[in-house]
Amino acid sequence: MGFPHKLHSRETPVLSEHFGQAEARSLDGWKKRGGYQALEKALGMTPADIVSVIKESGLRGRGGAGFPTGMKWSFMKPGDGRPHYLCCNADESEPGTFKDREVMRWTPHALVEGCAIGAYAIGAETCYVYIRGEFTEPLLYMEQAISEAYSAGLLGANAMGTGKRVDVHVHKGAGAYICGEETALMNSLEGRRGNPRIKPPFPAVAGVFGQPTTINNVETLAAVPQILMKGAEWYKGMSRSNPKSTGTKLYSVCGNVRNPGTFEVEMGFPFKDFLYDLCGGPLDGRKFKAVIPGGASVPIQTMEEADATLMDYEGFVAQGSMLGSGGVIVIDDAQSMVRVIARLARFFAHESCAQCTQCREGTAWTTKILERIRDGQGTTEDLDTLMDIAENMTGTTICVLSDSCATPVVSGIRKFRSEFESLIQGRRVFPAMAAVA
Amino acid sequence: MAEEKMVSLTIEGRPVTVPEGTSILEAAKTAGILIPHYCYHPSLPIPGVCRMCLVEVEKAPKLAASCATSVAEGQVVHVHTDRALEARKGVLEFLLINHPLDCPICDQSGECELQDFTYQEGRADSRYRDPKRFNPVEDFGGDVIYVPNRCILCTRCVRFMDDLAHDTVLNVSERGDRALIGKFEGKGLTHPWAANVIDLCPVGALLSKDFLNKARAWELDRAASICPNCTQGCNIMLEVRDNSVARLKPRPNEEVNKYFICDYGRLNYRWINRQDRADLPMVRSGGVLASAEWEVAIRAAANVLREGRVSLVVSPMLSNEALFLLSLLLERNGGTGVFRVATGDEAPLPGVEDLALRRDRAANVFGAELLGFTRSDNPLESLADGDVLIIADDDLNGVDAATVSRARSIIVIGTTVPDSISPAVILPISNFAEEEGTFTNLRGRVQRFTQAKAAPGLARPSWLVLGDLLGVIGLQERFFLPSEVFSNLAQSRREFSGLSYDTLGMRGLPVLNAGQPVAV
Repeated sequence: MGFPHKLHSRETPVLSEHFGQAEARSLDGWKKRGGYQALEKALGMTPADIVSVIKESGLRGRGGAGFPTGMKWSFMKPGDGRPHYLCCNADESEPGTFKDREVMRWTPHALVEGCAIGAYAIGAETCYVYIRGEFTEPLLYMEQAISEAYSAGLLGANAMGTGKRVDVHVHKGAGAYICGEETALMNSLEGRRGNPRIKPPFPAVAGVFGQPTTINNVETLAAVPQILMKGAEWYKGMSRSNPKSTGTKLYSVCGNVRNPGTFEVEMGFPFKDFLYDLCGGPLDGRKFKAVIPGGASVPIQTMEEADATLMDYEGFVAQGSMLGSGGVIVIDDAQSMVRVIARLARFFAHESCAQCTQCREGTAWTTKILERIRDGQGTTEDLDTLMDIAENMTGTTICVLSDSCATPVVSGIRKFRSEFESLIQGRRVFPAMAAVA
Repeated sequence: MAEEKMVSLTIEGRPVTVPEGTSILEAAKTAGILIPHYCYHPSLPIPGVCRMCLVEVEKAPKLAASCATSVAEGQVVHVHTDRALEARKGVLEFLLINHPLDCPICDQSGECELQDFTYQEGRADSRYRDPKRFNPVEDFGGDVIYVPNRCILCTRCVRFMDDLAHDTVLNVSERGDRALIGKFEGKGLTHPWAANVIDLCPVGALLSKDFLNKARAWELDRAASICPNCTQGCNIMLEVRDNSVARLKPRPNEEVNKYFICDYGRLNYRWINRQDRADLPMVRSGGVLASAEWEVAIRAAANVLREGRVSLVVSPMLSNEALFLLSLLLERNGGTGVFRVATGDEAPLPGVEDLALRRDRAANVFGAELLGFTRSDNPLESLADGDVLIIADDDLNGVDAATVSRARSIIVIGTTVPDSISPAVILPISNFAEEEGTFTNLRGRVQRFTQAKAAPGLARPSWLVLGDLLGVIGLQERFFLPSEVFSNLAQSRREFSGLSYDTLGMRGLPVLNAGQPVAV
């Protein structure tokens, strides 16, 4: 549903079906909508059966990387004598992304249920929901939902009277983008500075508190109850293009577009229709110029690329970008690409955890150069330097924040070079600066 | 213990076989290849953050951080390919953009890993045209100041304090390029081992207040030595400028002190340079003490020692060699041999097993005991009427000198002459920094030290003076080298048997039955 807009006829509301209905937030309201039947069913199944249903459904991680969820769950070896943990990554901080926020705002019980099922499926008794610190409203509803679920005996030492233990805890982040990176999230959860960890060991071997851990995105876990109830075949059926991408995806749309908001469509939906029909097209007298389709860290698409895209994991890659988190940022012809990219770079420079040299220094240097170009004081060499720095920042660090900063810069300069050049050529010449250069 | 599984791989075309789990970086060291690195230190947890040690591993899609990547069977590693070199060059450029490049006024210059690796494989120029980050210098407490502008955020200091000193003082504050090493409010680097962060710092960000602006690294002469300030026997480098010890630095020894020395040992070196030294051999003649030729003074001392009981007050700062020769004198003439030891509180480095600033604040307490000397708080207690009193480098501070009058005669063999006594002969000797020798630490480890500076005036090495003295008395052939004294010692003292300067090397070896109570 295109909250705050009415449901568009071409949307497929699976997760967003009850968005906008305040009643769905309460346990009673949620049960009226069929809530917690899936958990009851799940607790009657073996964990292995749940994992195989999820595997069969083709559900992939909605946080950005698109890793098959069932396979991720199957890495957790049952009966290894160690405590297992499930982490729900609700630290939705990717610029342009606000779909998890809507899930937690309107259907907190969907996530609680998904967490409980996921925890049971991987042999964990505890699930931590790590919520972004700025998400005060989602935090409130999640805490209410969990407390209701405990009072009703749905969670706890004897979940739904089955004798099985499922605990769900909320942990509030303190406002760092990097804590959405799974290993930084684990450090933050443990009370350490939110710095990403070296992999290996992967979380399935040594995650939270050094124990086997699975981390899933909010949207991924919220989809699990419905898949269990309606079946893998139903979920697999929602795939219009590539069979490797199944189900529905929530997109949060912002920027220079007539109807910004959250939309849910099937995998493989045409991006052109999405932008011009669901999102209402550009503002009066404007034209779309570029789209960042998956949150700030994916490559920028030109409109030619965007118009040719089918919206799934493979479709975005085929058109020079990535599905990412589904945070669609639309840029129209009234905007300067240099300004946009400089602002994105500034964000990454601000959020770099400062561990790795390339990221700590590279993001800040990139920002300085971009802002200099933006202010009309750039040189042609600056563009070469930017491309060179970006190369040094890519694939050389512990996590991908550094790569994320380089991505819009590289794609921006490649695809919109003329905008950079016109700013550079129109610059005032400072003889002293030229001598230094 | 189960046999370690070995892994064979190729690094820069050289075959290497190392135990499973070894990092590529350590494996490369065994092949004589130093992969440039900053954050990695063998004694600290591996954060893998500086990204300087990137190497190319065949069949791997990305460059690997060699400190954090374990070796694998059949792996082929390239350190100097274009791809790896470009990546490291990029890291160096990033590290330098905000670095002040103030090498001419930086204490670290000349022993700076940022300098070294930049000269080795960095860019010759910088493409950075924007203002550099600036943060003011901060006093970190203890002996340490922090110059944040030079810092490369390798976090070795933070990890040392957290994981080895178990004293959480430092942290990484801020994020992005604003990041710097922070100090928790109200805390300081006052831990007894904290100053090791200065040595761990690969650049000039953490500096010693004591050494600040004192010397350039390349002006210092270095000699391998043993810290004399307690019985731990930490391996050190004595660094000397203009015949004056300018600082002590730890010298790695896996068996004794790893890579560290305590602050007490590090900063307690000024006595080595003291100027009020005994520097002329002197003989009392007609009631007047006057300087004499060495041969005259030795003969005078030998005459006094021709017969009769001796009472020896020795210093536990003397080498095994000197104490051995003194013990021969004791055997021949009969008498007593005692020493006293200054003490203080023990201060361990909690993260390292059996490493501490020890209570006994002298280097050779165990050696003195092994060689037959007895510990005593009152060294003149056993002085009997008619004894020849030999003061071997004890300053007699705090000792009631009234009893000295019991002595028939007094011989001083020392670096200084106690005020309160009237010796018949003074034989000036060099201190441990001015001669070669060995100490035996509290675990019975015999370790060599070498000469770092010249002795003052006519002072001679203790082993030479004592050897000559015993020669004149007729107890020994003359010695020409300290190693000859030591091999004599090894032949005549069971605990030292089998040891020689050659077998000791510069890391030392334990005496027989070390660690067990030794029957003296």
